[in-house]
Amino acid sequence: MSIQEQAQKLLDVTDLTIDYEAANGTVHAVKNVSFTLHRGEILGIAGESGCGKSTLAYGIARLLRPPAQVAGGQVLYYPRKDRQDAYYSAASSLQDVLQEQDSIDILQLSSEQLRAFRWHELSIVFQSAMNALNPVMTIGMQIIDVLQAHLPDKPMRFYKRRAIELLDLVGITADRLNSYPHQLSGGMRQRTVIAIALALRPDLIIMDEPTTALDVVIQREILELISSLCKEFNTALIFITHDLSLLLELSHKIAIMYAGNLVEQATSREMYHHPGHPYSYGLLNAFPTLDGPQLQMVGIPGAPPDLRQVPPGCAFNPRCIMAFDACRRVVPQLRPVSAETSERKVACHLYDPRFSVRGPTTEQIAYCYETLSEGARVE
Amino acid sequence: MSTSSQLENPDLSQTSEAILEVKHLYKKFVMHRLNPLARTQAVQAVENVSFALYAGRATALVGESGSGKSTIARILARLYEPTEGEVHFHGKPLKKQEGAGSLSTYRRNVQMVFQDPFSSLNPVHNVQHHLSRPLRVNNYVQNAKQETEHILALLRRVSLTPAEQFISKYPHQLSGGQRQRVVIARALATRPEVLLADEPVSMLDVSIRLDILNLLLRLKKEERIAVLFITHDIASARYFAEETLVLYAGQMVEGGPSDVITQQPRHPYTRLLISSAPNPKVLDRVSDGAEEMPARGEIPSLIHPPSGCRFHPRCPHAMPVCKERFPARTILGDNHWIHCHLYGEEAKLPAENLAN
Repeated sequence: MSIQEQAQKLLDVTDLTIDYEAANGTVHAVKNVSFTLHRGEILGIAGESGCGKSTLAYGIARLLRPPAQVAGGQVLYYPRKDRQDAYYSAASSLQDVLQEQDSIDILQLSSEQLRAFRWHELSIVFQSAMNALNPVMTIGMQIIDVLQAHLPDKPMRFYKRRAIELLDLVGITADRLNSYPHQLSGGMRQRTVIAIALALRPDLIIMDEPTTALDVVIQREILELISSLCKEFNTALIFITHDLSLLLELSHKIAIMYAGNLVEQATSREMYHHPGHPYSYGLLNAFPTLDGPQLQMVGIPGAPPDLRQVPPGCAFNPRCIMAFDACRRVVPQLRPVSAETSERKVACHLYDPRFSVRGPTTEQIAYCYETLSEGARVE
Repeated sequence: MSTSSQLENPDLSQTSEAILEVKHLYKKFVMHRLNPLARTQAVQAVENVSFALYAGRATALVGESGSGKSTIARILARLYEPTEGEVHFHGKPLKKQEGAGSLSTYRRNVQMVFQDPFSSLNPVHNVQHHLSRPLRVNNYVQNAKQETEHILALLRRVSLTPAEQFISKYPHQLSGGQRQRVVIARALATRPEVLLADEPVSMLDVSIRLDILNLLLRLKKEERIAVLFITHDIASARYFAEETLVLYAGQMVEGGPSDVITQQPRHPYTRLLISSAPNPKVLDRVSDGAEEMPARGEIPSLIHPPSGCRFHPRCPHAMPVCKERFPARTILGDNHWIHCHLYGEEAKLPAENLAN
């Protein structure tokens, strides 16, 4: 990946807000989330269940169904202008729009444009990829189905060849083309779903917990596959999971979500060594490690809030070990920690010069969690 | 925080008598086919597994899905009968045909915690109902007042406070972690000596897993319950259990103190498991995975398992002898043992190479 390519913007999400309209009140599942994704970049989104990470992904892909609805913001997508490969349909209605401007707002696409947009530009791998395949169709047919729907004027030969090529890409031999999903193991089904996502060579793939149901060894294989494919095709990836340790290995950038808010954004190296937000630190240390000293560990105390009654101020304040007065009054904004690192942003008053002279060091956060562990032991 | 009878539990700290001991366990699941002339086939789920559980200690069974971990737990819970082998409870072997009395004594003492707290509680009954069943069945309570007291005490033991509020809740009103606590409370209600925990945290959210693990740790330490901890996550086995056994396709391949197993794994399969676990430490490693384990593939079909050591088709160090017979146990010291030809008498050299 050259530097120039890396700097190319692909997706610009600004102030995206998604609400669920429920009879007993509106739930703000995603609140003012903004981030930028470049070509070939892997962004990991982590958080507990119910923090809005899947809703955010579905919002970007325009897959939300009522009662969920986008309440505001925009998702700008910057397509490749010079795209000429065989899997590209120039006749699509999206082309006219693209002739005039650099970027398109995914949220404003008509349903016809959306159809042209999906698979060509963006594809998605769902949470239960095990069940994402049609049980009564061979996997070859399912790949051909996608190709046929989006590139209708090609001969069957073309589809077959592409299907074999795709299976080969994900490490499945061509003789499996006529297998039904139940004849494949979990890992192979997962590979097939990834192959389908790659069918039209999109620039952006969203994966929602693709490895949760898999064993560690197969999970490792799939992750290696994903990262090598992304490198090969310079595909950008949004990878959603609750397993932060896996994310640290895979992704370039990591965003942590809590109760619908983006609370921290950093490169994975920074996140691993110096998690800024107390919540990030908690998540990072929420599970035993394979090496290092054996310690009594403490998770993050409490449970995520009911999104209908989010606590005032910072949503994390009732569980936060370092909360102070301002956290209960003022909602923190996602802002750069220091002037020189624009990549690293934290939504925490501990880093806000109005409330705190200097942000805490990682050791200080660690110390606060340790005192908690002693308290837990006394109990 | 515990009921009075719990305090009467004898302190077994110094006695080394195993509460539950498994000797040479085999389990085959016969597949019934419609054609009466066809040869019967069997899934050889567990082969020659032996271990023991002690009071106040945990033993972890680690392996991929299909390695037979859950089958072993179910045999111990007496949901399945073993095909061969014996289960000893307090030194006495369990017989196949036994009076209902002794079976219920056994079941009272050996309780199970299942993986999925969303399906192991009945959605139409509240917490009180779930916890009252085991108390009534075992005649631990005489009247309603006693029953409520017992239930409240149980809820407090699993840190569901305020217990008075939780007692009347239904499963759908509880979060995953809270449900799992109710499941654990239900298991504790019969005052068991052994807890069989089958992946107790894998369905839960990351931040809640540790709470449940710490709760089980506390029960193990303070109430001296013996725990069989089944997991596919070797890191949590290290955190939770004193002893770890690694299973592959129904065979025990390596076992020993958890720290030794995770820090100095010897068997190629254990190494594969450990190298596959997500580990952010690689961010600091400059080299591009020199110690990468090349073994790939999946657990074989257990209807026609590979001969000899079942890991040999995936093993990067497989030798001709691996195909022929299953390796005998080699003791590596410190209760650390292994079933691998690389470490057997015949082949000292390759093992040393591997260790370097």
